[in-house]
Amino acid sequence: MLRHLFQRCLDLAIVLFGISVIVFMMIRLIPGDAVAIMLGANTEVTPERVAAMRSELGLDRPLLEQYLSWLGRALHGDFGTSIWTGRPVLQEVTAQIWPTLQLTVLALVIGAGLAVPLGCLMAHWRGGRADLVLRIGAIAGLTIPSFWLGIVMLITVASLAPSFASLGYVPFSEDPLGNLQRLLLPAIALALPILANLSRLVRTAMLDALSQDYIRTARAKGLSETAVLYRHALRNALIPFVTSVGIMTGYLLGGAIVVEQVFSIPGLGRLILGAIAERNYPLVQATILIVTVGFVLVNALVDLAYALIDPRLRTA
Amino acid sequence: MSQSRRIAIAAAIIVTLQIVLALAAPLIAPYDPLAQDIVARLKGPSLAHWLGTDHLGRDILARILYGYRTALIACGIAVGIALIVGGGLGLLAAFYRGWCERIVMRMMDILFAFPVMLLAIGIIAMLGPRTESAAIAIAVVYVPIFARLIRGPALVLVESDFVAGIRSIGASDLRIMLRHILPNLASVILVQTSLLLSAAILVEASLSFLGLGTQPPTPSLGLMLAEGRNFVLLSPWNAIFAGLGILFLSLGFNLLGDALRDELDPRLRGRS
Repeated sequence: MLRHLFQRCLDLAIVLFGISVIVFMMIRLIPGDAVAIMLGANTEVTPERVAAMRSELGLDRPLLEQYLSWLGRALHGDFGTSIWTGRPVLQEVTAQIWPTLQLTVLALVIGAGLAVPLGCLMAHWRGGRADLVLRIGAIAGLTIPSFWLGIVMLITVASLAPSFASLGYVPFSEDPLGNLQRLLLPAIALALPILANLSRLVRTAMLDALSQDYIRTARAKGLSETAVLYRHALRNALIPFVTSVGIMTGYLLGGAIVVEQVFSIPGLGRLILGAIAERNYPLVQATILIVTVGFVLVNALVDLAYALIDPRLRTA
Repeated sequence: MSQSRRIAIAAAIIVTLQIVLALAAPLIAPYDPLAQDIVARLKGPSLAHWLGTDHLGRDILARILYGYRTALIACGIAVGIALIVGGGLGLLAAFYRGWCERIVMRMMDILFAFPVMLLAIGIIAMLGPRTESAAIAIAVVYVPIFARLIRGPALVLVESDFVAGIRSIGASDLRIMLRHILPNLASVILVQTSLLLSAAILVEASLSFLGLGTQPPTPSLGLMLAEGRNFVLLSPWNAIFAGLGILFLSLGFNLLGDALRDELDPRLRGRS
């Protein structure tokens, strides 16, 4: 177990290091002179201004030195100041991360929560007509662009119940009801593809589990069908499900950035798109770094919790 | 005929039809996709414009046909690059094992750790918003997926008796990889390419929707959706049909990949 834990931590450290190198290199790999491009987006480009900004960003020093000082500051939560607003980058990111996070979590709860019963039903009706309809429905759900679904739901709700179709965002602490009312539609739109994906996964995992020997044993010793299904089959079927939920979270974060635009929610999407339009590269860099590292750490924790729960992994 | 085979045939027909429509767009499109007709703007479906017109009076059907072209070319190239680079790396890792495998797969783990859209957005931020940048971004994002997908089954093949036999008669490494291992991976590659094309179409549409992919006035499904969104309460047709276009394009490849998997994987046959 300790060995396993140590290996996991080492893997995690390597991945985090790799992420930092990639994100660090982003600004350096921009074709042409990144500083001139950044300046050109907003003011007149003069050699003095370019040189001043270059030294301000530390781009005139050796690469390794740049990386080490950049990483050192990032580890202390200092991602520099936003070139245009002059506010600390970290402050800009944390100010706009909440709507995106809330949307992601809400969609995850809806999608993953419904996927388990739906997947079980599909496994139960396997081969039947209902199973076929649900399977095709699941594939369709997988390929419905959630930003389109968002627009369609918005049109429908706007014509049926105009008062419910409100755009934008209010913090939960200010107006809990208004907050949920605004986030419900985007969360449903975002949740559908993962619901489709995860319910198919639960179906396959259930079918897999039901064909195992221990299920035959459980039936043979006279357990009720409900006990066989839920105590034995489902518990094992949930193992691949939990692993996928981690991957889905990354997908949801990306999807949230797009769906936010449909519902005019001021989240990470608006922040990063604005930063790209202004060629505010350090802000783009910091946003990607913070979100990716957070995502990787959460996944690592889930992995760990999971290793503690699953006895087969505990002894491995 | 089995159910999965019927789905496979139906999916193949949908996909072929859409590819033909995209290729033949210049011949069959009823209008020039860029021709504006301000008088007939934001119209619903009619005999003159089967799917209506957008906010500049451009024909939506023509723009969808050309949008298919843009999407299929960009995604085809992106998935092709990802397959060659990622698949090649996965194959090399499985064949040479040891340090080569460790380094390659570690690099893939790192790339895989990024949320897909975020990495794609980062790459586009570097390269500038263009169709080509979106294609490159999609390619980079899918490289680790192909590498992981190919490595697993390739490992089994590398360890198998038949490869040992071929090795013993003195075949070169390259020959074993390309002539003996690769053909045995054809079904895995076919299934995954189809499924990833389906996903790539959604990513490309999302990027264009955000204004990070294809730029106006080039017809692109994601862009049409974004433009349609601004006028959705006046006339929803542009947004609705562009979205349906994305849906059907992606759906076709997904059904095809799914049905191919059922057909080609003997272990799944008869199970579902």
